[in-house]
Amino acid sequence: MTSQRFQRPRLADLVGRHRSRRFASVSALAVLALVAAACGGNTGESDDSAESGAPLVYGVFATPLEEPWDGAIHSALTAADEAGDIVYKHTDNNDSADKMSRTLRDLVATEQPDIIFGDAFAAEDAVREVAAENKDTAFVFGSGEDPVEPNFSVFDNWMQDPAYLAGMLAGGLTTSNTIGVVGAMPIPEVNRIVNAFIEGVKETNPQATVKVTFINSFFDPTTAKQAALAQVDQGADVLFAERAGVIEAAEEKDLPVIGMMVDQHEEAPQHVVTSLVWDMRPTVNHVVEEFNAGALEPADLGEFSFMKNGGSSLAPINTDVPGGVPEELIQQVEEKKAAIMDGSFTTPVNEDAPAGSTTVGE
Amino acid sequence: MELAYLALVGAMLTIATPLVLAALGELICERAGLLNLGIEGTMYAGAFGGFLVAIESGSAWTGLVAALGIGLLAGLFVGMLAIGLGVNQHVAGIGTTLLLIACCDFINRLKYGAGSVPKVEKFQQLFADIPLASQYLLTYLTFLVIAPVVFVVLRSTGFGLRLRAVGENPEAADAAGVSVAATRYAAMAVGGMLMAAGGAFLTLAILGSFTLNITNGRGWVCIALVIFARWRVVAAVLGGLLFAFVDALQLQLVITPEFSGVPREVMIALPYVVVIGALALSGRNLTYPGAYLQPYRRS
Repeated sequence: MTSQRFQRPRLADLVGRHRSRRFASVSALAVLALVAAACGGNTGESDDSAESGAPLVYGVFATPLEEPWDGAIHSALTAADEAGDIVYKHTDNNDSADKMSRTLRDLVATEQPDIIFGDAFAAEDAVREVAAENKDTAFVFGSGEDPVEPNFSVFDNWMQDPAYLAGMLAGGLTTSNTIGVVGAMPIPEVNRIVNAFIEGVKETNPQATVKVTFINSFFDPTTAKQAALAQVDQGADVLFAERAGVIEAAEEKDLPVIGMMVDQHEEAPQHVVTSLVWDMRPTVNHVVEEFNAGALEPADLGEFSFMKNGGSSLAPINTDVPGGVPEELIQQVEEKKAAIMDGSFTTPVNEDAPAGSTTVGE
Repeated sequence: MELAYLALVGAMLTIATPLVLAALGELICERAGLLNLGIEGTMYAGAFGGFLVAIESGSAWTGLVAALGIGLLAGLFVGMLAIGLGVNQHVAGIGTTLLLIACCDFINRLKYGAGSVPKVEKFQQLFADIPLASQYLLTYLTFLVIAPVVFVVLRSTGFGLRLRAVGENPEAADAAGVSVAATRYAAMAVGGMLMAAGGAFLTLAILGSFTLNITNGRGWVCIALVIFARWRVVAAVLGGLLFAFVDALQLQLVITPEFSGVPREVMIALPYVVVIGALALSGRNLTYPGAYLQPYRRS
């Protein structure tokens, strides 16, 4: 029986083997094709009405829409579409410079949108190159760099104002004088929010220490939760959830937590004190108005995300959290908010990476 | 420097649970001669499918059972490609991972759009107020039941012997009357279930919710752990604990003033560096399972 292994293969066997191997490679190809089909970008459809007169606006996003940053842009554009101001379509998950550039070129060639919104952080050069080649289309992109004549405008989530106010709240709420912040990665957009938060803590509690962990990912809530729990182990009793996963840690340890991007109160009604909210609608409205007036010039639209322009805000403060929220503290935050709104206080902007542990008074 | 040592060990056990579950699943597949690179997708599908069923049924337990079912099917699917059709195992596994992740993301988009994902009534920790013992039931099961059972089954039962035989020398096993295909399918089914349970732990125990990229490469870490462990159960469990310990440690160190001079990137890389280092030291003269990566055809 064992000698069978050493017999020379018969021709029929070889053919059979060849056949099954070919079948195998065909089925492997089939799997890959299925996968390729499943991985294809999703294109959201909207009522395609060129005759409606409203400008055709495309959202071209680097991340999936589920990522809160692009999600904020998407919801503002969706709102404008529902109001009838624009016709909105989108494509997401253009996760490499190459893919971003191809998608943009393809869209400009086939759909000729009037305005393209998107985020250029991961593909600045590629996006700017396509914009320079297609001067009839307006590009409005989230970017850390400058606008370019004649058609490239930039915006960003300038949320330092609500971050400062949230810091004031956190400083007033902590009894252990330790506050934990979990962020994605030390990039300017995140740094200036965390730094403004720390400045806010300093105003209400100069003795406090702020511990900051970056998880090096935009989506890893499991690690974010572990990072927050490590902060709680080192004494943190108020948390700031720049990333998803932290609210779960706050619930588990019964601590107050501050949310991010949208009002996250519903996610943990007994623990979320407030949230930093980014509203892209003022930016979108401004762009659409200028476009309709035929006066859309490249500009840095960052100011439209400032609190005094309605582009960012602090969600209503929820006092039904562990330890409650003292009335004087809310008063203090409201006064500062009024000062920001009337221009008598300007939140400092600092884009340096914050330290892992900062004693704010030092 | 004040580190919370008990909390550190507690965090290690939590972080290690999904890794150890999935690594044990992978180990079972590999001992039967199959490299199951569908692991990342199977974990992902377990995480998403378990969550979805838990939301719909209102019970985390039902979600966990559903995740096990999904893992079983995912394992059999890779098995069908790699055992039944004899497809290259790398292609079959990676293809399945891509397919499963894309399907889950697609269903997630259809179901919840780009808005917020609901929360499920998740598993609670047992012994909530005792520092080290405060763990999820699944963590206890993993270390006290599943790992020992896998160890004993592989080492001392007829099924374990047949499983190892088809992984080492399928011709001999076949000659001895063991069904190579059936044994390998069984290994893939059980392996897939453990992987999916590891994924479901993330959504049903740790978070109670789902986000894209929830597994974040944990499956690939498990592949390394199995090789690091040289396909031995005890070493795989210890490897998972080591990785998790260094991960828990760096999360503590990075917010400690004494370590503020160390770049964050170094800290985040630490667990990977430790595992790669351990792999480099222990990985020399590896003896792979004899029939590793080879589809079996009767000649």
